[in-house]
Amino acid sequence: MITAGIDAGNQTVKAVILKDGAILGHSIAFVGADTEASAQQALDEALKMAGLSRDEVGKVFSTGAGRKLVSFVAGNATETTCDARGAVWLLPATRTVIDVGAEEGRAVRCDAQGKVTDFSVNEKCGAGSGTFTEAMARALEVSLEDFGQMSLGSQQNIQMNAQCVVFAESEVVSLIHAQTPKEDIARAVHDAIADRITSLTHMVGMEKEVALIGGVARNPGFVDALRRSLGCDISVPDDPQIVGALGAALMAAG
Amino acid sequence: MATEEYWRWTESRWTAPDKDWSKAEIVSAGVDVGSVSTQAVIMVDGELYAYSSRRTGSNSPESAQRALDWALDGTGLKLDDIRFTVGTGYGRVNVPFANKTITEIACHARGANYMYGPTVRTILDMGGQDCKAIRCDERGKVSAFLMNDKCAAGTGRGMEVIAGLLAVQVTEVGELSLQVDREPPPVSSTCVVFAKNEATGLLREGWPKSRVLAAYCAAMAQRVATLLRRLGVEEDFAITGGIAKNIGVVKRIEDDLGIKALTPDFDTQIAGGLGAALFARDLAVKARQAA
Repeated sequence: MITAGIDAGNQTVKAVILKDGAILGHSIAFVGADTEASAQQALDEALKMAGLSRDEVGKVFSTGAGRKLVSFVAGNATETTCDARGAVWLLPATRTVIDVGAEEGRAVRCDAQGKVTDFSVNEKCGAGSGTFTEAMARALEVSLEDFGQMSLGSQQNIQMNAQCVVFAESEVVSLIHAQTPKEDIARAVHDAIADRITSLTHMVGMEKEVALIGGVARNPGFVDALRRSLGCDISVPDDPQIVGALGAALMAAG
Repeated sequence: MATEEYWRWTESRWTAPDKDWSKAEIVSAGVDVGSVSTQAVIMVDGELYAYSSRRTGSNSPESAQRALDWALDGTGLKLDDIRFTVGTGYGRVNVPFANKTITEIACHARGANYMYGPTVRTILDMGGQDCKAIRCDERGKVSAFLMNDKCAAGTGRGMEVIAGLLAVQVTEVGELSLQVDREPPPVSSTCVVFAKNEATGLLREGWPKSRVLAAYCAAMAQRVATLLRRLGVEEDFAITGGIAKNIGVVKRIEDDLGIKALTPDFDTQIAGGLGAALFARDLAVKARQAA
């Protein structure tokens, strides 16, 4: 059986093609003005990678903030459900999934079957999502890739006072003016967001093993900060951004 | 510095036309160093004599000095003529010439009591980087307050971000936001950054700037009205701070709460500095009695 999952996030759409327990294709596309068109594009690219045509795919399920804006699917499931399902499928020992995306942060506790037992979400405040690191990288005038790496070279532990993205931008500018090394600012930013994600995780009660997924999981500065903040090791799958879409493809398979 | 400074508001200065400080017993001053603006207020025997309101620079002591110098400008008064000075606001510990510091909550209530009269019981101070709801008695003494200083939603900085996005002067946002036939639903995002994304989407859908601003002003009003309800609103009600000059936000707060805000005779941004100057006078009198 071949199924597909589409995760229509706030910034990117992810698609995964699944056949009998193997990922045949996956893709990531930026969300344009039209979510449906972006979802179609992501699916087409994943099909191309899998070397399949649309007719060969059975059910397609959607998830993500824009899951109801995708009309060509057989069904949809919440991000929480799909995150747990996808993470446990990839890393079976996972009992807590942390998903940090462009505009949301989520902690999900689940059982050995990948069924959700508890969860907690922040979607109101940009300071607990990728928006925060993106804005701070911009304030430092470095690419998001460099920003994460830079953080690992920090020699000194400093603390951010501001919580809000808007206020933190001004604080970062002040730190630059005060000649604070960029590495130390980068680490302070990652520590700040990691602390917020840790609070969110403790709200659901953390159980090991812990998996980190979502776009921000690609940022080594954040991964390092979260390990220190949680005080335990965390696993990051190879393609952390597509785990939600994988979960949707698994849901489509039944 | 950005070439388009949509955040720029009008700095102001004022002197009482009919007062003579040279015959006064006590000249007192209050300086409110806020995150965005700094005010210096000079009082002569407990009566408002002069004030200035300017943008806060990157250096707080310098900003305080600049505001005071401008308030003194043309009056003939010198720093030495001021008996007592109280510093308040976010940067209050950085007022080099202050004799004492007092919190901005206490100063705002005291200042509003002078500006709006003793019937004021609830004050909403909408500042550059925070928002406070304050309850006080007939002497301007604080009985309770709630404050948001963690999040830019509901603050002047939040409004600056949206004004910048729409390329509208922040001082024109209020009027423009009222130029709609029908109120649109408020912007649904709380976070300023998300609200900015949402506003971008609305513009892309073809909304005129006025309608987007109406939706944002309504969201801001909703947010501060929630803060006020948590505290409990007792009339009379007054709004101070920079956003009190934004008719689009003020009108929507009034509509949301179903009450009117008192109309000020003074620049709404001076409440904190004015309260500080009143406390400074009290302290000068006390010091003289002790001597």
